[in-house]
Amino acid sequence: MKLAPVTKRRLAIFRGNRRGFFAFWIFLVLFGASLFAELFANDRPLLIRYDHAWYVPVLVDYSGDQFGDDFLPTDADYTDPSLIDAIGAKGWMIWPPLRYRYDTTVRDLPVPSPAPPSFKNPLGTDDQARDVLARVIYGFRLSVLFGFVLTGLTSIVGVIAGALQGFYGGLTDLLFQRFIEVWSGMPELYLLIILGSLITPGFWVLLIFLLLFRWMNLTGVVRAEFLRGRNLEYVRAAKALGVSDIVVMWRHILPNAMVATLTYVPFLLSGSVTLLSTLDFLGFGMPPGSPSLGELVAQAKSNLQAPWLGITAFCVLGGVLTLLIFIGEAVRDAFDPRRFSGP
Amino acid sequence: MSLLSVENLSVAFGAKRVVDGVSFTLDRGETLALVGESGSGKSLTALSLLQLLPRGGINPTGKIQLDGQDMIGAAPELLHKARGGLAGMVFQEPMTSLNPLHRIGHQVAEAVTLHRTLSADASRDRVIAALNEAGFPDAERRLDAFPHQLSGGQRQRVMIAMALANDPALLIADEPTTALDVTIQSRILSLLERLKSERGLAMLLITHDLRIVRRFADRVCVMKDGVIVESGAVQTVFAAPAHPYTRMLLDAVPGGRPDDLAPDAKLLLEIDHARVHFPVRRGLLRRVVSVVRAVDDVSLTVREGETVGLVGESGSGKTTLALAALRLEPVLGRIIFMGRDLSVLSGRDMRRMRARMQIVFQDPFGSLSPRMTVGDIVGEGLAVHEPGRDQTRRVIAALEEVGLTADQMGRYPHEFSGGQRQRIAIARAIVLNPALIVLDEPTSALDMSVQAQIIDLLRDLRVRHNLAYLFISHDLKVVRALAHRVVVLRGGKIVEEGPADAIFTAPREDYTKSLMEAAFDLDRVTTPLSL
Repeated sequence: MKLAPVTKRRLAIFRGNRRGFFAFWIFLVLFGASLFAELFANDRPLLIRYDHAWYVPVLVDYSGDQFGDDFLPTDADYTDPSLIDAIGAKGWMIWPPLRYRYDTTVRDLPVPSPAPPSFKNPLGTDDQARDVLARVIYGFRLSVLFGFVLTGLTSIVGVIAGALQGFYGGLTDLLFQRFIEVWSGMPELYLLIILGSLITPGFWVLLIFLLLFRWMNLTGVVRAEFLRGRNLEYVRAAKALGVSDIVVMWRHILPNAMVATLTYVPFLLSGSVTLLSTLDFLGFGMPPGSPSLGELVAQAKSNLQAPWLGITAFCVLGGVLTLLIFIGEAVRDAFDPRRFSGP
Repeated sequence: MSLLSVENLSVAFGAKRVVDGVSFTLDRGETLALVGESGSGKSLTALSLLQLLPRGGINPTGKIQLDGQDMIGAAPELLHKARGGLAGMVFQEPMTSLNPLHRIGHQVAEAVTLHRTLSADASRDRVIAALNEAGFPDAERRLDAFPHQLSGGQRQRVMIAMALANDPALLIADEPTTALDVTIQSRILSLLERLKSERGLAMLLITHDLRIVRRFADRVCVMKDGVIVESGAVQTVFAAPAHPYTRMLLDAVPGGRPDDLAPDAKLLLEIDHARVHFPVRRGLLRRVVSVVRAVDDVSLTVREGETVGLVGESGSGKTTLALAALRLEPVLGRIIFMGRDLSVLSGRDMRRMRARMQIVFQDPFGSLSPRMTVGDIVGEGLAVHEPGRDQTRRVIAALEEVGLTADQMGRYPHEFSGGQRQRIAIARAIVLNPALIVLDEPTSALDMSVQAQIIDLLRDLRVRHNLAYLFISHDLKVVRALAHRVVVLRGGKIVEEGPADAIFTAPREDYTKSLMEAAFDLDRVTTPLSL
């Protein structure tokens, strides 16, 4: 692929920012790994060799009676000590490094939950006897995915809205602007509480609801770029060639607006991650039982005698946001035309 | 000892030397002109004098002595004193060199009080005196004006007032008149000369315009690619240029006359009582308080293959009229192109019609999308109007016709010089075989020698394709080289119209005469002080 020189220059500046570049890779590795969280933290074995046959419980559900007649023909419960013994007698199994999922209840706790960190639960358990490390891994994945999808969708809607306003200007712009002013005055949180009393919001409901109120983030920037861009000479030249409005917007003005947009996006992303955690903390977010960083903060608040909850929540949220901000700074610098690469 | 002496000065960005071993001296009361085309390093040389190089630029070698003090590596305090105190600077662009958010009185006062403490009253008096001296009309009452309320010439006078507010010994003028209209150019230059002789100033004049050098400078240094190729007294250099580059610069004056027009050429474009009015709205209810008549009842015709020159100073409405003719600007009145009334065409029919009417803009840097390859830029119109059919071949043909090569198709605009970019813009216009091209100052952003080439190219294309041009320019020399007919605009109205020969040899209106004088005979201009 042949990169445009300006893209090469931006990549060079991005790489030149060591802090942002490392943050980018650390984040990428963590996020990439969390996508396969089921292989690291799970209450099912990765692989079973039983009676000369292979079983892959991570991918396939098996019923209990496949491992002997003592067990019920329901989904096998691999945390059951007698099932473990039965499989051990006729074969072997490989466990993931952490034997808990985000919703697994740890059964054999020596102390009442929340239990402090131990060899089996490196970050302890929460007040419902669930392993904190497992919840953090799944919670990180959920928060970041939510942030990505929300940021992506709000950006697309916001850019389209800003583009239409800026390109057509005049009355379109005026009406659109007033609508945005009215719309952004809506009390988002109250509406969310009302929504929560009617239905239990899941991932997608929450996402669409937040999208309704968050798409205005980028419109201002994009609108300004399009207002400026529609009078550029090469845009006029394209119009004089008879190019249609949509093509002019897409091919000639949007690339200019994308610089401002891309600079914003990492910060929007960290905002969205925080947003989900905030809602979870307040109890208006994902349904109960979901792995959630916000819920961990809430637990830490109500269990001050268990500092491992608060410290973990702080480190994870703080770490994620720091990484995203570092990446955001590097991206912003890379798009800054006044910055030189190198010394 | 000289006031300013520069020895073996270089300017480098990274490993690249853009000024290489430049030496010159300048005495009090003397004007030295640095001449060269864009990219020759003349502005960087000037910026080095006060150590104002843009980020990334350094002076690896050289010695700059201003009034006996070394400027390279000088302490910040010394530099602060020298900047504005010992040497003042006037920049090219009067639009951007003043802060748009501050009143002019405040800006001049800032220059005054930076170098000495004055009471508010004393500073105000000093500001008024400085503005008066710079020939700023009615200075006392216009201290509260914002830059956007002033004309280009007035802004440049404010800049001069600021540069001279602290009685510097040296004035550095970097293309001080390039962005101004011809009639104002000569006034500003005369002002500079008068101030120079009154105060015994040394003046470093940076320009690409040899007429200005011939008229105002004592000595000249000709720069090319960062090196001074020739220097000496103006008379000697102009009379007997030793270096081939100097000779080339002196010869590069757009010349020649347009080829004859077929006497039975059909009517192509007819503008009938066109009006473009911009309402000025004020107040809470945005009521229209007045109307700017950018184009006021103008009628004009262009025949097939004919070149009509639209002439006027900035603000005369010539660009607005041309955009209106292409329906790129809302217009009242009838525009008839190839027998069809454009104002009643639907969006789709209009778009189809655009293939036959094209435009080339003034700024070759702004008119090409920086993110598209040359092939895509030239082919864009083809993709709209005649998709599919051997697009690449036609793009190559168009590029070759304007003097570029097929292998340049994959490159981006920033890899080309200004002249080459203007060729790309012309290729984009002719690839659709239009009948009419609007040329909006296509040469004014280019160096002299490149201007002449572009004009030859345009003349050549006109004959080959029987193109009609609506040629907008404030540069009458260029117009004379191309136009069959000339229309002089002022304040949105036609002042004078007629065959080019008649207008150039015997202008009837005073306004046309003053334009001619300013353009062809810089020396003869009488110089009234007010604008």
